[in-house]
Amino acid sequence: MSDTIIKVENLSKRYFLKHKNAEGYVALRDVITDKVKSFVSSKNKKQNPKSEEFWALQDVSFDIKQGERVGIIGRNGAGKSTLLKVLSRIVSPTTGRITIDGRVASLLEVGTGFHPELTGRENVFLNGSILGMSKFEIKRKFDEIVAFAEVEKFLDTPVKRYSSGMYVRLAFAVAAHLEPEILIVDEVLAVGDAKFQKKCLGKMEDVSINEGRTVLFVSHNMGQISTLCDQAMLLDKGRIINRDSSSKIIQQYYQGNNDDMSTSLVFNDANDKEIYFKSIKTVDINDDRCDNFAHDASICIDFQINSNQNLPDVLLGVHAYDKSDKRIFTTELPLTNVLKIGQSNNIKLIIPPNILTPNNYKFTCGLHIPNVQMIDEHRGICPVTIFDNGSKFANYNNLDYGCVFIDCKWDINSK
Amino acid sequence: MSKYRIVIESGTENSNYWKDLWKYKGLFYFLAWRDILVRYKQTAIGVLWSVIRPLLTIFVMYFIGWLFGSKVPDGVPRILLVCAATLPWQFFSSSFSETSNSLIVNSNLLTKVYFPRLIVPASTVIVCLIDFLISFVILIGFMVYYQYIPDYKMLFLPLFLLLAIITSMGTGLYISALNVKYRDFRYIIPFVVQFGLYVSPVAFSSNDIFKSEKIPEYVKYIYSLNPMVGVIDGFRWCILGGETTIFIPGFIVSIAISILFLFIGIWYFRKMEKTFADII
Repeated sequence: MSDTIIKVENLSKRYFLKHKNAEGYVALRDVITDKVKSFVSSKNKKQNPKSEEFWALQDVSFDIKQGERVGIIGRNGAGKSTLLKVLSRIVSPTTGRITIDGRVASLLEVGTGFHPELTGRENVFLNGSILGMSKFEIKRKFDEIVAFAEVEKFLDTPVKRYSSGMYVRLAFAVAAHLEPEILIVDEVLAVGDAKFQKKCLGKMEDVSINEGRTVLFVSHNMGQISTLCDQAMLLDKGRIINRDSSSKIIQQYYQGNNDDMSTSLVFNDANDKEIYFKSIKTVDINDDRCDNFAHDASICIDFQINSNQNLPDVLLGVHAYDKSDKRIFTTELPLTNVLKIGQSNNIKLIIPPNILTPNNYKFTCGLHIPNVQMIDEHRGICPVTIFDNGSKFANYNNLDYGCVFIDCKWDINSK
Repeated sequence: MSKYRIVIESGTENSNYWKDLWKYKGLFYFLAWRDILVRYKQTAIGVLWSVIRPLLTIFVMYFIGWLFGSKVPDGVPRILLVCAATLPWQFFSSSFSETSNSLIVNSNLLTKVYFPRLIVPASTVIVCLIDFLISFVILIGFMVYYQYIPDYKMLFLPLFLLLAIITSMGTGLYISALNVKYRDFRYIIPFVVQFGLYVSPVAFSSNDIFKSEKIPEYVKYIYSLNPMVGVIDGFRWCILGGETTIFIPGFIVSIAISILFLFIGIWYFRKMEKTFADII
């Protein structure tokens, strides 16, 4: 057990939500008036209607071993940030116990304590010491930090005159040079340009792999999670739902996001047509209902087609559209002599992995005789989401790098 | 491994608190350094402000004292009497009001990083102390002008400075913790500071109170409850020498109150500290 570096047992954190009074702090007048009120009417002495309990974390327990890089995933308000704050000793837990064997540096915000009036140089020292570095340590790494941030020219300019990009670069550069045993990072990479994000992620991965650093990482960018973390925890409503490899957890997260979706599309209104779709649904490679796919997983569309009579030259056509209704590709299957008359036919379309880039897609499916007749058609159905499961473009998450992955060949120095 | 073992539990005292405070001395230094650097950035005359502000107060207090005919010991220029009181009063009032707001001003730090929160108000006191030391040139200037030579009692001055630090630290800690929860104190503090200037012996001397026959004995004790009475009387005793005497029982009350404030301040601050990030 000596390599367990963080041990969390039955951790809970309660907040009191204030109703009516939107201010986060208490004003003395409220305390006085409340006291008077409860004195006058002893009825609501016990129950204060103004506040309500809210458990940001409930009975959370987990162990983290040295050198593990664990991603924490969950919707907004799932308790991710509260968990990190409790682990960093910023807020104290309501119940439970945490044992940490090592120095912790937490990065809950980029540039904590940066003062706009101070110069870049001064802020490096200030921010470094806030994050727990000694003066000597900062001095030793100063040149490295400045080089990493690429702000050499502006070191003696007050940071209030920095562009926001420069500001973030400098702030992250300081953080990236921390040397704690445990690094806690909360969504700080959401800022900054893609190139710098990649550089930071690379730096974090570097220190973790080469120096056995333990990393706890919260992000909404699943690409970053799967690139950096080997494991992940899924949080929902203050509880840990699951802990597994990051790709499995990401899958589960996306699945959970859409549990209100219908399980499959069943059509009952076309029974009189010669040939028609009975149902259409998207499934994964194991035939389980799914509408969130990793970019490196096959996307399958399962068709139930009923045929009342044998028509010649009928085609099953499928168009894929992206979210801006651009047609990405078309695929067709001739159905002549394929279908059994008078019963349900099961046909599965398999879209190969590593083709569609992370995005939202819809499909239009039709049964038609080319240039003659559209027999049955459903437009814009089966919405699916493809998420980045650690592709090489994972860090360009917010950028459009195209609709498809193409494994191009490069020929270097060929002439 | 166990060298850095941290156990976080609800409700239990952090046994390493004072050790942590020592470990974070670098941050303490940097926060004070930041505030000093920032204080007079983008001002035309910069650090001169730490001299001009007390100087103006000295002139006003000099005028008020002269107007009401407060007594001045023989051989001591009135301006020195006022100066020896205004400087420690300015130190107390600025550090009291600035420490009271220090946690709120630094709320972005409190909600994002861990460190012993005591560092924030403590470093604020240090910044005010440095301002005080700079403003000390005023006193030296007047002493040179009036060719006034202090005697050996001047050597006790650091003791009374320490008392001033204890007083402002104790009250500041208590109010800063309260201020996190009840912002009402933001409005109370300027009033207390303004009021304090007139009930403390700045324009007049404590002798006017203690030697007066018209003032009943119990009022003299109530007057001594103000910890700044002890500090200012001490300063005057050190700087102005023999002619000014200290009313000993009152002085002891002042010291006791100062130390009591410090303990209450630390105790309350430590008690509230864990909830700062939640309620700020």
